[in-house]
Amino acid sequence: MYEKNGEKYFIVDAHIALWDARASNQKNIHGKQFIDCFYDYHKNLSPEAEVWDYDTYTYYGGQRLLKDLFEDGYVDHAIFQPAILGDFYKNGFGQTEEAFALTQENPGKLTYNHAFDPRFGEAGLEQLRKDAARMNLQGVKLYTAEWHGDSRGWKLDDPWSRRYLEECLELGIKNIHVHKGPTIRPLDRDAFDVADIDKVASDYTELNFIVEHVGLPRLEDFCWIATQESNVYGGLAVAMPFIHTRPGYFAQIIGELLYWIGEDKILFSSDYAIWTPKWLIEKFVDFQVPADQTEYAPITVEQKKKILGLNAASLYGIDVPEELRLPTAAGDAGVEVAAGAKEAVAS
Amino acid sequence: METAVTAALATVVDPELDEPITDLGFVRSIRIDDVGVTVHLRLPTSFCAPNFAYLMASDAQDALRCVPDAGRVRVLLDDHHDSAKINAGLALNAGYRGTFGPEAEESLDELRRVFQRKAHTAAMERCVMALLRTTGRNVEDLYRLTLGELPGGPHKEALLRRRTDIGLGIRPDDLVVVDEDGQPVASAAVPLRLRYAKAVRISVEGNAHFCRGLLATRYDDEPLSTHITNTRRAS
Repeated sequence: MYEKNGEKYFIVDAHIALWDARASNQKNIHGKQFIDCFYDYHKNLSPEAEVWDYDTYTYYGGQRLLKDLFEDGYVDHAIFQPAILGDFYKNGFGQTEEAFALTQENPGKLTYNHAFDPRFGEAGLEQLRKDAARMNLQGVKLYTAEWHGDSRGWKLDDPWSRRYLEECLELGIKNIHVHKGPTIRPLDRDAFDVADIDKVASDYTELNFIVEHVGLPRLEDFCWIATQESNVYGGLAVAMPFIHTRPGYFAQIIGELLYWIGEDKILFSSDYAIWTPKWLIEKFVDFQVPADQTEYAPITVEQKKKILGLNAASLYGIDVPEELRLPTAAGDAGVEVAAGAKEAVAS
Repeated sequence: METAVTAALATVVDPELDEPITDLGFVRSIRIDDVGVTVHLRLPTSFCAPNFAYLMASDAQDALRCVPDAGRVRVLLDDHHDSAKINAGLALNAGYRGTFGPEAEESLDELRRVFQRKAHTAAMERCVMALLRTTGRNVEDLYRLTLGELPGGPHKEALLRRRTDIGLGIRPDDLVVVDEDGQPVASAAVPLRLRYAKAVRISVEGNAHFCRGLLATRYDDEPLSTHITNTRRAS
């Protein structure tokens, strides 16, 4: 919980990770390249005082995670969104067992989402059933650019992907987090294209599709499909830290999102440990649209409360203390896209 | 020769960011010697999309080959997860399909067009919004705005270039506000078209800033300007 100027905010960090990218776990050069890329994200967009040393960044462990999120970071509940990257790391990038154990040791504070990869076919489906039972899965995190043998990615509307999504429906896994990445086969296509999300969101209306990084670097395509589909949400991972380095651009992103998809469909996340939640939350609560960007309305306290936690709490059935709720529940299934966007689409 | 080489590289655009690779700091070094020209490129991350990386590298090679008396042209992409594959493909003139084999299906033409259309949409929005800010023009009659009515300047020049890229006309009586296929937009649909175009512009501009920042962080131990050496003897 974060309190400022008499307002109390319930905080859900909807995208965190516990990774091991140490040299000892790297399978090949791509493991090193991947964590170096993450570290550059971290260094480039964090305030100087929040920058970690490289070795800590490659592996920080569960205790450090708990401290950064729950002691220092105001977070009430956090959701693991692992990237497995089995072709780059011997024991995977996201540490499944360590993160799941941490979830069990801290009931009510952590949710563990796991991943599936439709390229594993029947065997992967069976594994998904076992994982769902053991981990009580409510959500999955899918990284479509993950390499696997000769393949450099997959699409959500592939026939096998659909089988997995149908299995998710059966298993009660209703939150599908999708992260687009830089590769997909064939390379003729734009790997960041979100059109496949549009298709499956229409076909599986009982599932929620949370597009991580609000579709960046294809913000406009994401906004467009999210306007058409009422079960598409946007996760703010990667977009958040611009609040520090480029507040004007951050205002544009938030302004566009509020216009196109609305305040009930946007989820806060730090993308820990790429960034730490404390400074992001402090800055977001203080944030206001710069005076010269008159095309965007000011962001209200109520909107901030929804984005920082109430929307994700609704998606995951997380109990919010009475005093931290809004008079009307956020994230109602009946809440449709932003009024402005809807009018615009209708016209 | 240095000027001609730099000018040739300046015609190569990052399709996603719609800016020349020379402005983005992607040209790491140029070496001109008696044999030819060697250019090293660099990108903001090892994981920048390999298709765009290949496009820029092969465009650079094509542009340099058009420079008179360039000699042997070599373009090398540094520090990328596909450096070995792309550099080998460029050295052998293997083309896109020859470079990526089964990972390539047809060509990158359609991918390039997708981003040329985005670049055009963003350029159109810049022109129209500048016009709205500086004149009393109403949104209601923007549907009949023509190129001839746009004031000259860098915004308009950029729009004309982007229109040419995607095969749209640049006559003074051609309409400015058009859809993704270059067709006229009905008056009532103009506000949404412009709203979407604005989201496109914000996305492209934001990506460019992000990439610039990452490049500076990644290469914080070397200058972001191009290192040029010329040992060619004057002929």
